[in-house]
Amino acid sequence: MNLDFIAYNTPFISIFLMMAAAIITPIIPQEKRLPEKFSCLCIFINIILSGYLVYFLATAPENIGFNYPVGHFPAPWGNELRAGLLEAVLALIFCVAMFLSVTGNFYDTVNEISARRRQILSVLINLLTAALLALTYTNDIFTAYVFIEINTIAACAIVAVKETGGTIRAALRYMVMSLVGSGIILLSICLLYGLTGHLLMQYMRLKISELVKTGMYDLPLLVSVAFMTSGLAVKSALYPFCFWLPDAHGNSINVSSAILSGLVLKGHIFLIIKVFFRVFGLDVISALRMDIVIFILGCAAIIMGSVHALKQSNIKRLIAWSSVAQVGYIFLGLGLNSEIGIAAACLHIVVHSLIKPMLFTSAGGLSNMAGHNKNLHDLAGTFYLNKSAGTAFIVGACSMIGIPAFAGFASKFALTAASFESNLMIFAVAALGASSLLNALYYIPAVLVIFARGKNNNLEKIKLPLSFHVSIWIFIALNFLIGLAFIPLLNLITKGVSVFG
Amino acid sequence: MFTKLLLNHYEAAAVILSGIGLANLLLQKNMIKKIIGLNIMDTAAYLFLAAKGWVAGREAPILLQDINGEWITRVDTYVNPVPAGLVLTGIVVSVSVTAVALSLTLKLYEKYGTLNIDEALLAMTEEQKIHEAISEHANEEIAI
Repeated sequence: MNLDFIAYNTPFISIFLMMAAAIITPIIPQEKRLPEKFSCLCIFINIILSGYLVYFLATAPENIGFNYPVGHFPAPWGNELRAGLLEAVLALIFCVAMFLSVTGNFYDTVNEISARRRQILSVLINLLTAALLALTYTNDIFTAYVFIEINTIAACAIVAVKETGGTIRAALRYMVMSLVGSGIILLSICLLYGLTGHLLMQYMRLKISELVKTGMYDLPLLVSVAFMTSGLAVKSALYPFCFWLPDAHGNSINVSSAILSGLVLKGHIFLIIKVFFRVFGLDVISALRMDIVIFILGCAAIIMGSVHALKQSNIKRLIAWSSVAQVGYIFLGLGLNSEIGIAAACLHIVVHSLIKPMLFTSAGGLSNMAGHNKNLHDLAGTFYLNKSAGTAFIVGACSMIGIPAFAGFASKFALTAASFESNLMIFAVAALGASSLLNALYYIPAVLVIFARGKNNNLEKIKLPLSFHVSIWIFIALNFLIGLAFIPLLNLITKGVSVFG
Repeated sequence: MFTKLLLNHYEAAAVILSGIGLANLLLQKNMIKKIIGLNIMDTAAYLFLAAKGWVAGREAPILLQDINGEWITRVDTYVNPVPAGLVLTGIVVSVSVTAVALSLTLKLYEKYGTLNIDEALLAMTEEQKIHEAISEHANEEIAI
């Protein structure tokens, strides 16, 4: 494959740029919010680079992707990044969502935290972006572990960036659960390294297929894949391990909630996809029955996340519980254990990482009109004071319910279509149908509340800056773009998945 | 089966230690004890890696000279350097994670005077109740 210089170096440059930005940011002067603007600039450069990489890989005659050696040692020993179409699309979407959540909540952070803390916040945002990109591109499982830990530290700190009792407690709870997860992942990596003697994914897979043929190593393989999956499931808030999530996402400031719900979970989920697809291979996963476990937990998450969301009266906690349900959709797609199921899961990753930040940003915009109250009944009538945020909230809610022409429909359609080719079809369709109904049950009242013209004394119209409105409308435009023209995107992702293994 | 356990006694010890660490991390109420549990669990993983990485009779992977002053370049003279590298990286990661967890614990102690997350939750809900009572009282006064 003919590679040009920029496309070939994009994976490394984009990670390196964000890491370097995280190191430089603390010494940038705090006047005029320069640190935050600098991190926005770096993320914007990343959007352009990843966009170019997607364009390059999509138009290349044979899009098999490429491996990028990091350091001087060749493949079986050295460290590697891999960039294919799937990784490039996800990196682009992660950067876009990160950029829009930062700019959309640019006004809000000034009200919430001091200049010193805003500087720390931009360091953390740079670190999180670097970790996400590294998790997306890496081909080495231990590098993945290191970036999982960087992700954990930055994500816990970003919860506690506004220092109140609630956020510190939520951050600690999040930290403990994350540490359990990463400890189990480390054990699994040690086991896998002991079994295969490799850390690069494609070589591990070769060894694992040899081990499976001998038939003597089924138990160690099962233990390592179960540890890896459960560790990453704790971090990506799959249902029985998700009780830290609403606290962490519901208490923090808007920009943290948007980034945590939209992006941090997705990095870990993509790593599970990588481990299933590239380290073990789908046939081994299905021989070890891991797909069924994931499928059942995914269905449980879809239903239980929505049931818990029904009980919430705080708008941010409502959206946070809905994240649990949406993570369930992704795992349901994974549990179908076919290429088309994984493509649908990846499409849902894309859709959810654009919608969830939009919902959190718009909820923040609405609660700003009600004196920073986050209770649903205090938000009555806020639509009329902040029409952009209100529109975005409605679009997000329709999208989550899965109404055609909105982005959420695209991924639900793809998931249903994928489930038709599996013998689990009836359960998948039942879970999807039930959850659409449940989503409607809690999102429609929320939408009706913001329209209600009632006696609400604590409303006051605050003019929000242009950055908020522009980001919100870009979010809405992207939502409709995906909802109306998802076939090309799905084709792109399917192509990416077919060369992923 | 027991012969295998005896042969791999380092690995068996690592598994037991990691179980102890995980149980402490999950079940202890006190944050400091939880963090100690985390460190035990990480150390177990390093023990496992170190035990797997060592082959008896081989040397550390630093180039050696034989009696005639020739460099020994045969692979089976040295052990694999990668597990040691993994352990070092793991230690760095675990130190930084411990530092963040301890600083958060410190903040929790400053706010609530307790190291127990559940007690902090109780204190927090009581605080909220008092806060709500005050704001309701204020609203009533405005209404009057």
